[in-house]
Amino acid sequence: MNGSTAVADNYLSHGRGFRSWFFTLDHKRIGVMYLASIFFFLILGGFFAMLIRTELLTPGRTIMDADTYNQVFTLHGAVMIFLFIIPGIPAAFGNFVLPVMLGAKDVAFPRLNLLSYHLYVVGAIFSVVSILLGAVDTGWTFYTPYSTTTHTSVVSMTLGAFILGFSSIFTGINFIVTIHRMRPPGMSWNRLPLFLWALYSTAIIQILATPVLGITLLLLIVERLLGIGIFDPALGGDPVLYQHFFWFYSHPAVYIMILPAMGVMSELISVFSRKHIFGYKAIAYSSVAIAVLSFLVWGHHMFTSGQSDLGNMIFSALTFSVAIPSAIKVFNWLATMYKGSIRLDTPMLYALSFLLLFGIGGLTGLFLGALATDVHLHDTYFVVAHFHYTMMGGVLIAFLGAMHYWWPKMFGRMYSEKAGRLAAFLVFVGFNLTFFSQFVMGSQGMPRRYYNYVDRFQSYHVLSTIGAYVLAIAFVVLAGNLIHSLFRGRKAPANPWGSATLEWMCASPPPHDNFAEPPEAGDPYDLEHLVYDESIGGYAPRTAREGA
Amino acid sequence: MRRLENGAAHEIPHHFATPRQAYESGKLGMWIFLATEVLLFGGLFAAYAVYRGNHPEIFIYAHRFLDSRLGALNTLILITSSLTMAWAVRSAQLGNRRLLTLLLALTLLGGCAFLGVKVVEYEHKWKHGLLWGKRYRPHPAETAQEHPSAAEVLREAPLGDRTNIPPAAIGPSGLAFSADETRAGHADAEEPRNVQLFFGVYFAMTGLHGLHVVAGLLVIGWVFVRLRGGAYGPSNFEAVDRAGLYWHLVDLIWIFLFPLLYLIH
Ligand code: HEM
Ligand SMILES: [Cu+2]
Repeated sequence: MNGSTAVADNYLSHGRGFRSWFFTLDHKRIGVMYLASIFFFLILGGFFAMLIRTELLTPGRTIMDADTYNQVFTLHGAVMIFLFIIPGIPAAFGNFVLPVMLGAKDVAFPRLNLLSYHLYVVGAIFSVVSILLGAVDTGWTFYTPYSTTTHTSVVSMTLGAFILGFSSIFTGINFIVTIHRMRPPGMSWNRLPLFLWALYSTAIIQILATPVLGITLLLLIVERLLGIGIFDPALGGDPVLYQHFFWFYSHPAVYIMILPAMGVMSELISVFSRKHIFGYKAIAYSSVAIAVLSFLVWGHHMFTSGQSDLGNMIFSALTFSVAIPSAIKVFNWLATMYKGSIRLDTPMLYALSFLLLFGIGGLTGLFLGALATDVHLHDTYFVVAHFHYTMMGGVLIAFLGAMHYWWPKMFGRMYSEKAGRLAAFLVFVGFNLTFFSQFVMGSQGMPRRYYNYVDRFQSYHVLSTIGAYVLAIAFVVLAGNLIHSLFRGRKAPANPWGSATLEWMCASPPPHDNFAEPPEAGDPYDLEHLVYDESIGGYAPRTAREGA
Repeated sequence: MRRLENGAAHEIPHHFATPRQAYESGKLGMWIFLATEVLLFGGLFAAYAVYRGNHPEIFIYAHRFLDSRLGALNTLILITSSLTMAWAVRSAQLGNRRLLTLLLALTLLGGCAFLGVKVVEYEHKWKHGLLWGKRYRPHPAETAQEHPSAAEVLREAPLGDRTNIPPAAIGPSGLAFSADETRAGHADAEEPRNVQLFFGVYFAMTGLHGLHVVAGLLVIGWVFVRLRGGAYGPSNFEAVDRAGLYWHLVDLIWIFLFPLLYLIH
């Protein structure tokens, strides 16, 4: 079945009511629930960002006092990291797409998958409750001794993050087992779509790094509740050990964020260049290489913490080596685009933004990985700009690209291209306004996490805040467009973009069971055999059309 | 729903094509989960390594307060329960229900005995104030009486000299004590400084392990309860198998904890 005709019963209409969603075992519904929740927290985190930027419009007090400011930037970071960007692409799009890409009916452990979503909800509740109990003001890193001495509700927030960690681990286990055991006939490892290679590498990090965060947060919680003393210098403990533990998770965690984004990129670039992906194996194996290397560089966050010089040098060298597999990917994407017939649909606009913005983010990472420059740049806005270029310019942009790419598949509707492109353009402009100015002021010495600043930085702060407002407008356009499409959008064909991965072989939206029989998998990037068919407004295999 | 080839009445979830695929998926998933458990403890082992590396004197001094006979007893108990568990899995595979029931019961008993011994040990620490960080309030005289060996350590080797932390740099006045000052403060101390660190590590490690024993008991207990419904047989022993894997991991972690905490030289 190539699904060119709409199927009456799809996963959206299969069962009604709250319970049929909240207790569903269907990976597609779980993916959609994740998408909605994650998007909600993206908006919440964005709201805190607007408060931060507004406060920084002028030196001194603008709209809030200094203590509130500390709470707001902590909430912004914690919400964005733990509730949006880490679950982000894998939990929302991975859950929806992975089994369908494999031609399978579901992930290996549907119950575990549902449990993972429920844990996400519980973790989110703990985090939100902490806001009501007195929001944490330590920064999202919860460094000791801030976090052991503050009077805010560290326990609730870290318990939330701990639970969210389990949710992430369960997703990881599910993905690894599903990819190992449930590939369809004809799909060898070398025919696995690159998005799945990326999810696989991500899952490795999720299961190996997240437990370390778990024990770190547990120790922090017992530190606060019982005074166990492992991180408390007054009791002989070592606060720097906390930093080691924290970054042993949190550096690999940045690859939990970026690897799925890179996977999305591989799909988008090939499809919208109408060309077979260049360097399949290099891209696939570099994902695994990144996953492995990511465990060896955490010390680059601690160059100024007093760790040994030898340690600093080794971490610095290893940090540089991570840039190699990242660059391998970027060059292969460029080579894929070379002489392709590039189509500037909305998802591709996000992919192109990613290339530029992640390029800047990655390269500035090298400035920070070099010991001498880091001493100057550490804890300035330069670092803030670096990680926003990678996380927002990279991951969020890819998230939006993925959302526009799979939206027709998920909901069976096409959005307005015009509005989609406008939003993508506004995101790009707003983003650069917001964060490029931060590179400049950071390199001139504006420290991060400061409430007040000297006058000469004000023009940069004003620019940055204007950029943030542009971003807010962009998001209104974007969300309006997508929501509008749900009600008024043109019905989506099975394969609107002409992709060759299996999820486009079933109807949009997919039926409850995805595929009656496992489909035969071919080369996921062989786009030549798909041709545009006016009558269905989408692509269909050449033979099927000629046969019709 | 598909059924096993041999016709046993065990259904596999609809999204698997074959029972074999279902079985192997479950097994792989379990192994990965065990890997996450190892890493969870990994953090504590790392903390142990750091503090023991920097302050061997604390560990040498403080471990004497642990009762290595009770520790050895517990090791024996857990290893035995691992044996009964492995045997239980085998008897499930062979379809020997009576033996399976007996062996699971023995395993449960072993786990409970382990926890019982642990309670005795904890109570002793509690009574003597040998607790973690903030709660460390030893009663030196009493404790020395009960643990002559700890006092001996102090007599034999001046522990202060064994720390691997170099004396703090002497900065402008007010930044750090000068070398003489620290030494003076130290010479007539009865025990090395920061002994509470050892007990912090001890309670964190054994406490988390204890929680895992409890979790293991709950899982095995659940398997045990379902025995009555005749849930297991030669073609359906996965639950027993998985519970067994978990139990072996819990056992394995203790096998590392015992020498690291109780048998220090
Ligand atoms: C080529 C790759 C990269 C290199 C070499 C690199 C290097 C660095 C270095 C050295 C720092 C520490 C700066 C300091 O605190 O002084 C840093 C901070 C950071 N990086 Fe990267 N990075 C890279 C990619 C990424 C990616 C892909 C992400 C996220 C998706 C990311 C997220 C972050 C974050 C969140 C921080 C700051 C954490 C904090 O202190 O709050 N980086 N990076
Ligand atoms: Cu890092």
